[in-house]
Amino acid sequence: MSQKILLSAKEIEIILHRLACQLIENHQNFEETVLVGIQPRGIFLAERIQQILQNEYKIPEVKTGRLDITFYRDDFRRSEKPLEANKTKIDFLVEDKRVVFIDDVLYTGRSIRSALTAIQSFGRPKEIELLTLIDRRFSRHLPIQPDYNGRQVDAINEEKVKVNWVENAGEDCVYLVNK
Amino acid sequence: MGELSVNHLLGIKYITKEDVDLIFETADHFKEVINRPIKKVPSLRDITIANLFFENSTRTRLSFELAEKRLSADVVNFSAASSSVKKGETLIDTVNNILSMKVDMVVMRHPNPGAGVFLSQHVNASIVNAGDGAHEHPTQALLDSYSIREKLDEVAGKNVVIVGDILHSRVALSNIFALKLQGANVKVCGPKTLIPKHIEKLGVEVETNLRKALEWCDVANMLRVQNERMDISYFPTTREYVQQFGLNKNLLDSLDKEITIMHPGPINRGVEITSDVADSDHAIILDQVQNGVAVRMAVIYLLASKIKQ
Repeated sequence: MSQKILLSAKEIEIILHRLACQLIENHQNFEETVLVGIQPRGIFLAERIQQILQNEYKIPEVKTGRLDITFYRDDFRRSEKPLEANKTKIDFLVEDKRVVFIDDVLYTGRSIRSALTAIQSFGRPKEIELLTLIDRRFSRHLPIQPDYNGRQVDAINEEKVKVNWVENAGEDCVYLVNK
Repeated sequence: MGELSVNHLLGIKYITKEDVDLIFETADHFKEVINRPIKKVPSLRDITIANLFFENSTRTRLSFELAEKRLSADVVNFSAASSSVKKGETLIDTVNNILSMKVDMVVMRHPNPGAGVFLSQHVNASIVNAGDGAHEHPTQALLDSYSIREKLDEVAGKNVVIVGDILHSRVALSNIFALKLQGANVKVCGPKTLIPKHIEKLGVEVETNLRKALEWCDVANMLRVQNERMDISYFPTTREYVQQFGLNKNLLDSLDKEITIMHPGPINRGVEITSDVADSDHAIILDQVQNGVAVRMAVIYLLASKIKQ
């Protein structure tokens, strides 16, 4: 197994700031906007973006939730490993809100398809956008594309994109792993 | 999160502590789901479940049906009163006929102990025991433990007394297995005639004085006197039973501590428990009912995930 660095901590920081600025461009003061991190790994990115928006760009409050999609996945009883559920924590209504889904890697698009179904349990959003750190283009199974994107990557199916955060792995870094 | 060690839920005695932990962890997620504006997930949209009730039930049947529907399973209901069982069909024939219509899972309540185990050996479907005679009622015991865990943070080390008709109660037996499995201390309390001989072998103590039992416990699970299962008189009069084993406000107030009161329902108000106690803050009877749906969703979801495509 070999791995190479796709993004260093410094590059990640620059990208996060750019993504935050792009969000501000479209959502101004975030009064009608909520961020939703997709469990399990999108939550770290969502909380980083939230912190940057609040602390560095002085937006008073950016509502941020966590959405677990386990029970909405289309591979129940089909995947070899048992599906692992995580906590959903959305303590606001999404009715008529502008929702931004946040996930670390966009690959087949199936997680986002599940998230689109799952979010309906919390109301009817006005619109839904997608923000990802890494877009693995050419590997989509569904017609889903990001609205805000950190870095596009051409990776073959045997390769894996691994995103590490200080919160879960002690460092900020994105690797391309050769299985 | 792993998977269950069993393909059927036939009784608590067939499952492990890890299974119980997994069911509770999964139930936590479903409890959040059933408190959403839209209380439904699509996980089991390709699973069909038959609820076979050969014995009357309101709460358990509704709870299972709701759990199944909130997981988006297709549900068919069957009650023995309006079926070919009356015409002499055997249990295996009845179930195989239902299964040939492509049913994946069977939830069954039956008056005979061991009916679930028997069925699991003869038919090709996942079986959930929803009560078999005086044997086991595993989902009730799971939701009882889940409710204790929710109220008191954990089950291990807690003192639980089960009061009433232990002899005829599947709830008592499943609860004893479940509580012991999780490391709780268990006493049973009731008239000697309604306590099975040798019950100490299950690791529980017998107490015939309700006050002493209550002074010892953190949780009291008050069982219903099952008149319908009593072929002979086990105590002289209901009045005498109430005097000795009925839980009332005065008795509860005279204890120098707070205890949690549970009841699996249906309540005979004024017999095993008075109305003011049943409706008090100490009672978590309605929490038990709500948790029942979440726990049954977890059981069905975890068993369904083991059904091969």
